[in-house]
Order: sequence, then structure tokens, then C-alpha cells
Amino acid sequence: MKQTSRITSTYSADTMGVCSALFELGGMTIMHDASGCNSTYTTHDEPRWYDMDSMVYISALTEMEAIMGDDEKLLGDIEEAVSDLQPKFVAIAGTPIPTMTGFDFESVAAVAEQRTGVPCFGFATTGMNTYIHGASMAFEALAKSFVYEPDKKNEDASERSSHDGENDNNINKKIKVNIIGLTPLDFSINDQDSSIAAWLEAEGFEVVSRWAMGSSADEIAGAGSADVNLVVSASGIAAAKVLLERFGIPYLVGVPIGRNQKECILSDLEELSEEKRESEGLCPDVLKSECMVEQADITYDYPERKKEDLVAIIGEGVTSLALANAIELELDIPTKVICATECPEGILRSKDRILPDEEDIMSALGGAVIVIADPLYKPICPAETKFISLPHEAFSGRLYRSDIPNLVENSGDFLKMLQI
Amino acid sequence: MRLTEIQKIADMLKRVNENKEIVKNVEIPSIRIAEAGFPQPVKTGLEYASPARGTWNIVHTGMLIPEAHEIFVCASCCLRGVVLTAAEMNAMDRFSTVEIREHNLLDGDMEELVIEGVSDIINKLPKRPPAVLVYTSCVHHFTGVDLDMIYETLRERFPDIDFTDCYMNPIMRKSGMTPDQLMRSRLYMLLHKRELNSKAVAIIGNDLPTDEDSDLVHMLERADVKVHEITSCKTYEEYQEMAESSVYVSYYPDAAPGGDMLAERLGGTHFALKYTYDYNEIDETFAELAKVIDIPARKQEEISELRAFCEKELEETLEFIGNTPISIDYTYSPRPLGLALLLLRRGFNVKKVYLDAVAAGDKPAFEYLQKKFPDLELSPTVHAGMRFAQTASRNEKQGKVLAIGQKAAYFENTNHFVNVVEGGGMIGYEAVYKTARLMREAFENEKDMEALVGIKGLGCEDTCCSV
Repeated sequence: MKQTSRITSTYSADTMGVCSALFELGGMTIMHDASGCNSTYTTHDEPRWYDMDSMVYISALTEMEAIMGDDEKLLGDIEEAVSDLQPKFVAIAGTPIPTMTGFDFESVAAVAEQRTGVPCFGFATTGMNTYIHGASMAFEALAKSFVYEPDKKNEDASERSSHDGENDNNINKKIKVNIIGLTPLDFSINDQDSSIAAWLEAEGFEVVSRWAMGSSADEIAGAGSADVNLVVSASGIAAAKVLLERFGIPYLVGVPIGRNQKECILSDLEELSEEKRESEGLCPDVLKSECMVEQADITYDYPERKKEDLVAIIGEGVTSLALANAIELELDIPTKVICATECPEGILRSKDRILPDEEDIMSALGGAVIVIADPLYKPICPAETKFISLPHEAFSGRLYRSDIPNLVENSGDFLKMLQI
Repeated sequence: MRLTEIQKIADMLKRVNENKEIVKNVEIPSIRIAEAGFPQPVKTGLEYASPARGTWNIVHTGMLIPEAHEIFVCASCCLRGVVLTAAEMNAMDRFSTVEIREHNLLDGDMEELVIEGVSDIINKLPKRPPAVLVYTSCVHHFTGVDLDMIYETLRERFPDIDFTDCYMNPIMRKSGMTPDQLMRSRLYMLLHKRELNSKAVAIIGNDLPTDEDSDLVHMLERADVKVHEITSCKTYEEYQEMAESSVYVSYYPDAAPGGDMLAERLGGTHFALKYTYDYNEIDETFAELAKVIDIPARKQEEISELRAFCEKELEETLEFIGNTPISIDYTYSPRPLGLALLLLRRGFNVKKVYLDAVAAGDKPAFEYLQKKFPDLELSPTVHAGMRFAQTASRNEKQGKVLAIGQKAAYFENTNHFVNVVEGGGMIGYEAVYKTARLMREAFENEKDMEALVGIKGLGCEDTCCSV
């Protein structure tokens, strides 16, 4: 039966996705809920809790407040907390009960903004989707409201000044890139986020911002100056689309895992940024259509090489697909992705599946010789398959954190386990 | 690009904790007890959750029933915490979930989802459990789900299984019984009525086993009374034997409502033993218990010896730790103010007590402290400003602080702490002298506070049996 899990875990929910996406930006995130979500988040979803004094709270909603529609209590509490703690922004995220009572997140956020003078966001999360959905909403809101128009005149002047004495400005100008879709739920805190940035910098790119691990709110706000966006999880796609719409910044979906895939990503990033430069002055509609066509080509839809899907990978869509690509490109072993979270259309290959339910995942594992997944999936894997553990913070929380590999920096050891 | 170069740049880009302090100069909320209100000393609005996780939750407590299987029916945001609780206590084989999705709210099929979901899981289990605990949530409460019909149907479908209703509905925490009281009461709903044994007593409502050298166990064993406690049951049959008890003794305050329910259902007598650090109250409550069970009360000679022993232990401790500031929190003991009073009267330098509300049973100590020790500080644990308490303590670079309880340890940022939750199975004079010993131990030895307080359900793996 769908919706039942006899023995497997549950993915972090959309409410927590909002918190995770905004954690490092100096704001205050409030889960509009009775109790429990906050301790769950701090215990299982937020490995940065001890290291950064980020403000994540719960509204402590009571039965009477929910029934009577007493939004004033929440507004008063927000006003008081903002006055005491002076966050850069306020985000209110929903849970099941506000969903049922029809709580109007946008309106309450608007009133809170008016009263506090601090930017406020309302996220109508329900607590019934995965973290991808919530983090996506948060990143999208940042892209819409936080990122300012790049100042072209100043930017050009600055570039001219910095390149004084150089023979050719265009040749030496670094490609500016944002990395979008970084949360510990997908990338843990083992420096995979830094490895992606380091790799780009080493290859001659300039990393403008990292959404949202390792960047300040100011750096995120300056993301509009980038030439291209690298989207590293499904949670970053909606924001990338907004940045494409607003500033004509094309985006590439992928994670640099494995030597060959890294080369593909570099080449595509360069190509996309070149196209963006050439398209300066075109109307937004033209830019959008051109870049979206490119987008369709860069999700690495490699043709199936064999009929059997030898390796099944269970996890988040984009990161699992990136690992699948690495396995196919480096080892020539066919793969199948079983995406257990939300993933927008056009990312996964035709042979991949989006399956959130335990029973469907079990069925889809038939035929696999190797299964790569979080250890909490092991009990449902056929006994005859080889199980390779790849812990995923969004699924097993802190349980196996120390075993999460940095696949960006060193995929070789991991891929060795697949050699049959 | 060579790996070493990438590593070099990665190191350069590695996040540093410069932004650890997002907000500076936050005033950490606290109030002198003389000025504090009752029952809530400091008003709170938005709430913070500290990472101290040693107290048990409803998953841990339910696992005390041997061989039982837990099934939670909730939205994923609610499931996340409980499923990982089960995973962390290595009990995934006794735990399953039914996930409520958005369409269920609109389809009006909540009853069907519970019945069919629970049935599906039971049919998939490798071994039929003797008991199933079905946890419903706030959503069921708000949609007016017919729980009686659900359980009736499940009992008809699976007559060989005992079902009980459990709840994860924190929105009801201020309406009627608290979730903690409710869960502790559910532990005994599966007991089948049987003939009462006048020489058998059940100690009920505790997550942690009562200490074998506690006043309570001593008194019962000396009188040849058979003692049942859920924490020592290894099989479901052994658990059922608890039903022979003629007296149910609760001493953890949140266990009392469950004791009353049990008495009404099975016909025995419930006695709520007072949890206190006041010597006279200890004597009174134990004397009353002896009368109820019909066993000899403690003699004055024994009482005098116990009191003298406690005083000796406290004196030794005071000499050992001197004027070291002490903080206490409510997770150590259900009577943190009673404990503060005990220590302050004997010259200990108790500076602060962390609690969000003063329990009714702690009111006499609260009022006495207001008059005699008005400078004692009270700090809430969930106030939004407490997010910055640990950083503030770290920055203050204060000297050694001794914390009694995990939350006090976290907020004071000290590795010298007593790592015990929920009273730790101590009761009576034993709770006094053992606390003194634990304080000495904590003063002498440092612990890895950040690692230890994050462990959920302290002691659960020793107490909850697997199938």
C-alpha cells in the first residue's frame, strides 16, 4: 500500500527545507506549529546548529489559537522577537495545522513586515512534502526578492579598472557563477559545498554566491551579477529559473562528480556563459527561450547502453543522477535512479523513476545487481543485491554523518566499490 | 587540476565560524525569584529548542512494552523526528509509519488511511506482534476522525493483537492531559484484568528503572512484596503479570493520571508517592505508602540514620566543591526548586534554576525561596533569547560552573555536569545522597557535554527490549 513504510525512514519535510535553506543568512525562521518540529530540525536536520547561532523558532501554536484564528498572538510574538534580536529578515513556514485552518502566510508576512520594518516571507509549506519543496520555495523567494539588479555601469567600470594594463579584457575576465541548491540535507557538512566552489575557482571561475552554505545574505543579494548558475540539487531549480527570467542568467543542472562529468560541466558552463554574453541586449523572452533549449541538453541524458539497469541509486534526483552519470561515464555500467523526493520534469532520464513509497521502491529494485542508497534503505533491498551505503542526511539525519563521502573531491574510492 | 591544489583552495574556502555569533549583545532572559510570577516566571513567545535531548519522547516510552510494535500515522514533518528516534535506538524493526499527504485532508479518507495503513503494515511484518500501539496526530483531532470506529475495526480484523490508542498531538499540550502524561498512561492500557495479589505492587509511569538501592525498593523488598516495573519486563507475558498488582505506586508526577486510570480499570489502588527533597515530606509520604500496602513503616531509628547519612554526603560535597556556582534544570528532577532549596539551605552556591514553569508540587519551595533566597535566578529554556545563552556563557569566560542536568550544562557551556534525566530512578533519601555523590563526580570529571546531551532518550537502549 502506498504511504506506508514498514521499516524505512522518512525524508526531511518542506518546513525543515525552508529552515535549512535560510539558516546561514542572518534571518529568523519561524515554524508555525505547536511543538516538535523545532527539536526535530535541530536534532536531525541541522548539523550547523552548534556552530552558528542561527535563529530558528517555533510559534508554539495552541489548540485555541488555531481554532479561533488568533494570528495576532503570532504577530505580537514576532514583533517582540524582532525588536530583541534584530534579524535581517523573517520567514514563516507552515505545518499541517495551519494548512488545515487556512492560515494566510503571505498576508501575515505582509502585516509582520509592515509592523517590524524587516523583510518578511510567508511560505505555505504543509509539512507533507519533502525538504526539496521547502528549500526550493525559500531559494525561489530569495531570487525574487533578495537579489538586486546588477549595476552594469559600476560593474563595467570596475572591470575596466581591474584589467588596466591587460591586453584583452575579455580573455582574462573570469566567468562568474552562482552555486544554487546547497543545503546540508543533501551535501552534509563534509565540505562538499566548499569542494564544488574550490573546483570552480581552480578552473578559473569566480564564485559569486553559494545558495546557501558559505555565503552571506549580501553575497546572495549580489548573485545577479553572475554569468551562469550551477544548480546542484532539485531545490535550486526554481530559483535558477527566476534568475534566468530576471537577469537572463542561464543555468546548468548537475554536480561535479567524476573526472569526465566535471569536464562536461566545465565545458557547458563556459558555453552557456558565452551565450549569455552574446545575448546582451536581447529581450528577456528571447533569452529565456534560448537558454531553456540549452537547458534541455545539459541534464546528461545518456543513451541506455544495456537493457539491464545494473546499479540502482535511491535518493534525491539531481545528486543521484550526477552519481549515475559518473558511474556510466567512468565505469560504463548502466544505472537507474530511483528518486524518492520531488524532482522537476526534464531532469531525470526516461529510465529513472520518481517513487516516494516504500512498496514502489522495493518493486523498482528488481533486476538491480547493486543498490546504492542510505543505510536505512538496506532492509528493503533484495538479499541477493550488493548494497553500497551512501548516507543521506535528509533521510537518516545525523546517524551516519561521519560516513558520508565527499564525492565531489574524491569519487574514485567510492566508484571502486562498484567494480564488478 | 591536481587534488592537492583543489584541497588547498577548499581549505581556503572552508567556512569558518566567524559568523557564529549572528546577534550580539542579546540579553539572556532571566529573573530573580523574588520577582518571578507563578507558574510561569518569564513570559515566552516564539519558542526555541535547545539541543539537550536526554529526556525521553513518546517513541522511547512506548518501546518499554516488550514485543509491541509502534505505528505512527502522521504528516512527514511529524514522522521525521519519531522515525529517527526509533532508528537511533536501533528499534526500526518495531516501528512503522503511515504518511498523511495533502490529498487525504481533502478526500475525507482519514479513517480508511489509518485502518488500511495499519493493516497493511501488520500483514507485512515478519512476525505477528502481541500488541500494536497506533499513534494518531493533531490532524486527526482537528478533522474529527472517529477513533473509536478505527480501533474497533482493527480489533475485529486482528483479534490476536492488543491495540491501544496513543497520541502525537502537541497542539493539545495546554488542553487537558499533557502528551507526557497521556503517553505514560498508555503504557498500562494493554494490561488484561486478572486476580489481584495483595503482596504484589507495581511501580508505574517511569521511563527509567527505579534504583534497586532506593528507599522505595528497599522498603518493598524488605516486606517481601513482589515488585513489578515495566522497565524490567522482558516479554509481553511478563508485562501482563503486572496486572496482578494490588497497589500501583507512581512517583514521577506525570505518571499520576495513568495510575488513577489503571486503578479504575483493574481494581487496585493507586498511590502517588510524593517526589520531594524535604525530609519531613519524605517520611510522611513513605509512611502513608506503608499503610496503603499494609507493610511496616520505617522506624525512627532508620530514618535518623538516613538523615544523618544524607547530611554527611552533603557536607562532604560542599567541602569538595566549595563556592562553585551551581545551575539546576528541570530535566534532572521534576522538583528542581525543591532541590535548589535543599542545597541553598546547606550553603551551596546555587545561582540559577532553568525551568519554563513551576510545577504545582514545587510551589511550596518556590514561595519559600522567594522569601529566603530572593536572588536565586530563574531562566526559561524555550524563550527565543535562549538561543544565544550558550554563546554568551562561552564569551563570559566564567570560571567553573557545576550543572545539574543537561539543559543547565548546555546553557552554561560547562563540561562539569550531572548527566541524568527524569530523576534517574532515584526516590526518597536516596535521591538526596545520590545527587550529592553525582555532584562530586561531575565536579571532579569533565564530560563531553555537546556529544552527551545530544543523545536522545538517555538510557533507553538499556531499558527498552527488542523483539
